[in-house]
Amino acid sequence: MEPAIELKKISKSFGPVQANKDINISVMPGTIHGIIGENGAGKSTLMSILYGFYKADAGEIFVDGKKISIPDSQAAIAVGIGMVFQHFKLVENFSVLENIVLGAESGALLSPSLSKARTELAELASEYELNVDPDAIIEDIGVGMQQRVEILKALYRKANILILDEPTGVLTPAEADQLFRILKRLREEGKTIILITHKLREIMDITDTVSVMRQGEMTATLKTDDTSPEDLAELMVGRKVLLRVDKTPAKPTDPVLEIQNLSMVDDFGVKRLKNINLTVKAGEILGIAGVAGNGQSELLQVLGGYSAATGVIKLNGSEIDLSTSVSGDGQARRAMGMAHVPEDRQREGLIMDFMAWENAVFGYHREKSNQANRFFMDNNAIRKETEEKMKRFDVRPPNPKLTAKNFSGGNQQKIVLAREIERNPDLLLVGQPTRGVDIGAIEFIHQQIVALRDQGKAILLISVELDEILSLSDRVLVMFDGEIMGERQPENTNEKELGLLMAGVSEEFAQ
Amino acid sequence: MIDFLTLLQVLDSSLRLATPLLLVCLAGLFSERAGIFDIGLEGKLLAAAFVSAAFAAITGSVWIGLLAGSLASIMLSLLHGLASITLRGDQIISGVAINFLAAGLTVVVAQDMFGQGGRTPPLKSGGRFEPINFPGATSSKEMNEAGPLMQLYSELLSGHSLLVYTALLTVPLSWFILYKTRYGLRLRAVGENPAAVDTAGISVVGLRYSAVIIGGVLCGIAGAYIATSLQANFTKDMSAGRGFIALAALIFAKWRPWYALSACLLFGFFFAVDTRFQNILLPAWFLSGFLILVALGLISYVWKKDYLDKAVLGGLALGISVIAFMVIFSVWDTGISRQIKIPVVFIQSLPYVLTVVVLAGFVGKAIPPRAGGQPYVKER
Repeated sequence: MEPAIELKKISKSFGPVQANKDINISVMPGTIHGIIGENGAGKSTLMSILYGFYKADAGEIFVDGKKISIPDSQAAIAVGIGMVFQHFKLVENFSVLENIVLGAESGALLSPSLSKARTELAELASEYELNVDPDAIIEDIGVGMQQRVEILKALYRKANILILDEPTGVLTPAEADQLFRILKRLREEGKTIILITHKLREIMDITDTVSVMRQGEMTATLKTDDTSPEDLAELMVGRKVLLRVDKTPAKPTDPVLEIQNLSMVDDFGVKRLKNINLTVKAGEILGIAGVAGNGQSELLQVLGGYSAATGVIKLNGSEIDLSTSVSGDGQARRAMGMAHVPEDRQREGLIMDFMAWENAVFGYHREKSNQANRFFMDNNAIRKETEEKMKRFDVRPPNPKLTAKNFSGGNQQKIVLAREIERNPDLLLVGQPTRGVDIGAIEFIHQQIVALRDQGKAILLISVELDEILSLSDRVLVMFDGEIMGERQPENTNEKELGLLMAGVSEEFAQ
Repeated sequence: MIDFLTLLQVLDSSLRLATPLLLVCLAGLFSERAGIFDIGLEGKLLAAAFVSAAFAAITGSVWIGLLAGSLASIMLSLLHGLASITLRGDQIISGVAINFLAAGLTVVVAQDMFGQGGRTPPLKSGGRFEPINFPGATSSKEMNEAGPLMQLYSELLSGHSLLVYTALLTVPLSWFILYKTRYGLRLRAVGENPAAVDTAGISVVGLRYSAVIIGGVLCGIAGAYIATSLQANFTKDMSAGRGFIALAALIFAKWRPWYALSACLLFGFFFAVDTRFQNILLPAWFLSGFLILVALGLISYVWKKDYLDKAVLGGLALGISVIAFMVIFSVWDTGISRQIKIPVVFIQSLPYVLTVVVLAGFVGKAIPPRAGGQPYVKER
């Protein structure tokens, strides 16, 4: 049998960065092929080349045994390739139908195209169990539904080969299961599926064959049945990796952070936080799980001091003023012993165009130790200190004069962590500590967070990665729609139970 | 009170004054719906006005003038496109540059060509768009004797230049194109999420260029209208901020064609009032009462806002109340019902004040096309 897709010696570089180097891959029709690798390993680039989003510098592409060139997405669609991007390419205020029709209209007037699509959509829905309301507006439906729209878009364009880039990143475990059922169904119908992910479990669960990429190169292609998560992790990173966090049981003592009846309404009048009550004690990690967009970000913003809210927040027993007049006063909170690793390091954690040493002192730049005299900062000392910090936190390269944007995601995160942890805070707020961070760096970041806990500090961890919540936290709270749905002990719960809570299924029901 | 015919005359001139606003507003609508912000509408309008007046004066044909004016406007649109679409520059800066370019160049070239202090010579008939009189319409001399329906027909509906009717027809046409055609769907999509358009295999660059060219054509017609129909020659800075007012109308209209029509008619109405009623007399009690109400309204509006809003708008309210009390004190001896003359400048500034108020966001939340102002770069 001819492979559905065969890539030969594909190379692509962005300036000095070689994103893909002599990649060979062949995928048989009617199979699910996984591509796994760390961030920046070149997985997405490779697939974007296949979809005509980028042009390869060198190499050949064969579809169903025929050599073709794919100069743009139109050409990829024409040979039956469809792609579901990690960040959906949907027009948010268009209806489902309009999104599906966009670019595949049957004539210059819209209404015949729309009615034709409506009929075909109904057929596709029954054939693949992909039900969506064609008239729903994209921004009103959940991410799981939006993803279905993306899949339907590809199927409507008669795709036989479907590429999915990190499809489960935004889904609850239940939604992910549903997606996998859909993918299996598509495989039964003879479609070929390429699944890009960095989650080992997904590869093991659903793929038939798997390719591993590392630093732009294809390091191995294996039958999924012949491999194990440990082997794949080693192939991805190039060394043995500890997949579980090594930690002793927590010894929580006095409460450090106490939150009572915290509520917050955003600029659009939507209630984002509804009567949140929680306590974080010294010497424990409190994890907050939840699907992105259920109020976790707002909680961090309120705690970090850049959103107004109502309720009571006590830090080390003293109450923080939450009225609008002092919102934005992160400085005072830092002085009280709070440190904050924001969710979005590129927008909130760092100034991307500033150098590492400047970034490493932000928020603490008014401290005495950083001043040379009454008027000037002691930049030399700060640079020297930053370099030492960077070495301790394994930031590569440990050059304080490099601008933040020139570091990889993992190293940027380490700079933020170094800045916040090294000030020895009583409370550390951490949002998405390992989003977009390589497996090797994840291991290091997790170790640092646990080490801080073992020094008797309180840690509030917010993450959308359930694995991370389960392996790091000493207690787990689940947030849904601005409310805390329940508390669990990580050793007495599982992904399924948490997944139900994350989807808003109430406490009694989940038990 | 104002009689029916006067009202009709005001509405008639509203329509004529709204026409350039409407065309420019729709030009902005196409451009901004495609994700290209266009501050340079004013410049294109002015350039088109000059070029069409110059060509009409030289050739004696208004059609050649219209064509040349549109071409000039399209050239500037393409310049804006080159800077903001192809070279991915800042759309605001490019637009501002076009405004400066047009403001300076028109006068300099006009002076060089005609030597009349930056004007073009007055256009004779043939070089102008003449009013079209509908069949059976009464002439203006006999207007006073005609019945109200006849007055409505003859004064308001009949007697405009071709370009006024063209502008009015552009509204349903734009609506149809935007919402009922494939092109419109793609155009709206590219202003909301160009990546969606790109991954669907459609050229983002091509769509955006087509949108700015449509904008260029519409600005061109608007420019020809002000120089060859509303006026009979080009004068320095004759666009008089209409491009910016059209932008305000566009925001007011939430980027929709029919709303744009209403918004532009409203602005046109303010201009018409300003030209028609130079001296408005109001009783002092009414004037000061109105001002105090406005001040109170402002204060209640900012009551729950943050410090900066309180300071700025509260200060404004304070100023308004001071004026109100000054009015009261000035008529203290003669009685509160004395008539106060509103200075002409206040009436004249009304459309511009309204523009500022609209832009300051008093008219509810206007959500611009989401990808507006951002050059499209494929993500890595």
